[in-house]
Amino acid sequence: MEASNATMQVHGLRKSYENLHVLKGVDFDVAHGSIFALLGSNGAGKTTIVRILTTLLKPDSGTASVDGFDVVSQPARVRESISLTGQFAAVDEILTGRENLIMIAKLRHVKSAGMVADDLLGRFGLADAARRRVSTYSGGMRRRLDIAMSLIGNPRIIFLDEPTTGLDPEGRIEVWKVIQDLADSGTTVFLTTQYLDEAEKLADRIAILHDGTIIVSGTLEELRKLLPPAKVEYVERQPTLEEIFLAIVGSDKKEQP
Amino acid sequence: MNTHVFSDTSVMLGRSLRHVTRSTDTIITVTIMPIAFLLLFVYVFGGAIQTGTDNYVNYLLPGILLIAIASGISYTAFRLFNDLQSGIFERFHSMPIARSSVLWGHVLTSLVSNAISVVAIVLVALLMGFRSSAGVLAWLAVTGILILFTLTLTWIAVIAGLSAKSPDGAAAFSYPIIFLPFVSSAFVPTASMPAPVRAFAENQPVTSIVDTIRALFEQQPVGNDIWVALSWCVGILVVAYVFAMVAYRRKMA
Repeated sequence: MEASNATMQVHGLRKSYENLHVLKGVDFDVAHGSIFALLGSNGAGKTTIVRILTTLLKPDSGTASVDGFDVVSQPARVRESISLTGQFAAVDEILTGRENLIMIAKLRHVKSAGMVADDLLGRFGLADAARRRVSTYSGGMRRRLDIAMSLIGNPRIIFLDEPTTGLDPEGRIEVWKVIQDLADSGTTVFLTTQYLDEAEKLADRIAILHDGTIIVSGTLEELRKLLPPAKVEYVERQPTLEEIFLAIVGSDKKEQP
Repeated sequence: MNTHVFSDTSVMLGRSLRHVTRSTDTIITVTIMPIAFLLLFVYVFGGAIQTGTDNYVNYLLPGILLIAIASGISYTAFRLFNDLQSGIFERFHSMPIARSSVLWGHVLTSLVSNAISVVAIVLVALLMGFRSSAGVLAWLAVTGILILFTLTLTWIAVIAGLSAKSPDGAAAFSYPIIFLPFVSSAFVPTASMPAPVRAFAENQPVTSIVDTIRALFEQQPVGNDIWVALSWCVGILVVAYVFAMVAYRRKMA
């Protein structure tokens, strides 16, 4: 393979549901330790790709390897390498935050599950809520718990399917920081999003999924070159509503450990 | 195969049992409701029912236990449905765990929680005058039949949980099963029923199970009933298991 650095290789991936052709030959590589963002509008097939790469769904044709293992013929090996944070926070509402983490730690056969749980609760600003049932958590807290659950066992590759959908601006920024920290520590992050600024801010490489194929992919710089060079224009710059919101609310977070 | 089947399954069992113990609704339905039935039939209707025995609690208990189990398994379907909806099923399936542990966690939870409610109901029945001369072997046989009955109904519940479109749908399948004991020998002898109803009552699974348990409690010969009861349970169990696996594969394609 040309890219020996690639931790994920996807070639000619196709998937149809009856007459609906969702994926019509998808190709891309993801470099080890990078943040890869898959962009696309709702219904473009981003989640279908995530489900195939995380062994939840079999492709009709094409190949996909994750961490060197084929997703169809070696799904158990793939699962050893990955972690999935799905589109809807997959947390147990009836258990407490701490119990959720301990459950995943036990399933991953991590030693001293309680310590691992407490450490993550601290890192994700959930220490105060550790012994509360998740059904009492806010959307942002659930999402943080969800991501914390995905980190247990130090998987080499983490899939985040629209991790910031439905979060408030502060929640989004918190999640972005977590993603950046993950990549800094060498974890490969596969991210799907419909927010362009999210991809712009985080991703080393961006691929745009449209009409069942990847229409462009590359670094942000490479994508910029696809358009005519920028012209210098003088525009009176108003603060964005997000900047106003964050300035008023303040960046002091509710759940600092 | 995965070497962690047992530890993974026990984690799943622990999780699911917490769902039971933290839901007052579940506890009330699976234990208090059957006890209320027991009280109602013994102290309200019982005086007017001619069973040919002097101890109506003895007569009634086997049927009440079956009703308790039938209402208990509807919660298995409900919990399974919620797991599928919430996405936690997908999380488990993307993890390096024994996949079978995800369903077996629910099945074992059903066995444990039903066993607890059965014990609670038997204790209340003892207070109400239930007496049995049954020996250890007979009690073991009763326990075995109740476990088999629970397992059979639980796999039916798994089908419902996997294929339902709404939480109400997931639980609704159990209503006909809860109703079956009423048209059986559980409350009154079938001889008192009109011919067509009697024909149905005598040839449906509940009657043979109730008669077998009653005979075991009374130290009477179980005769053919026990084999009819076991055949029903095992036959339905096998069919339900096959359909549950089909529903599971369809969901997890």
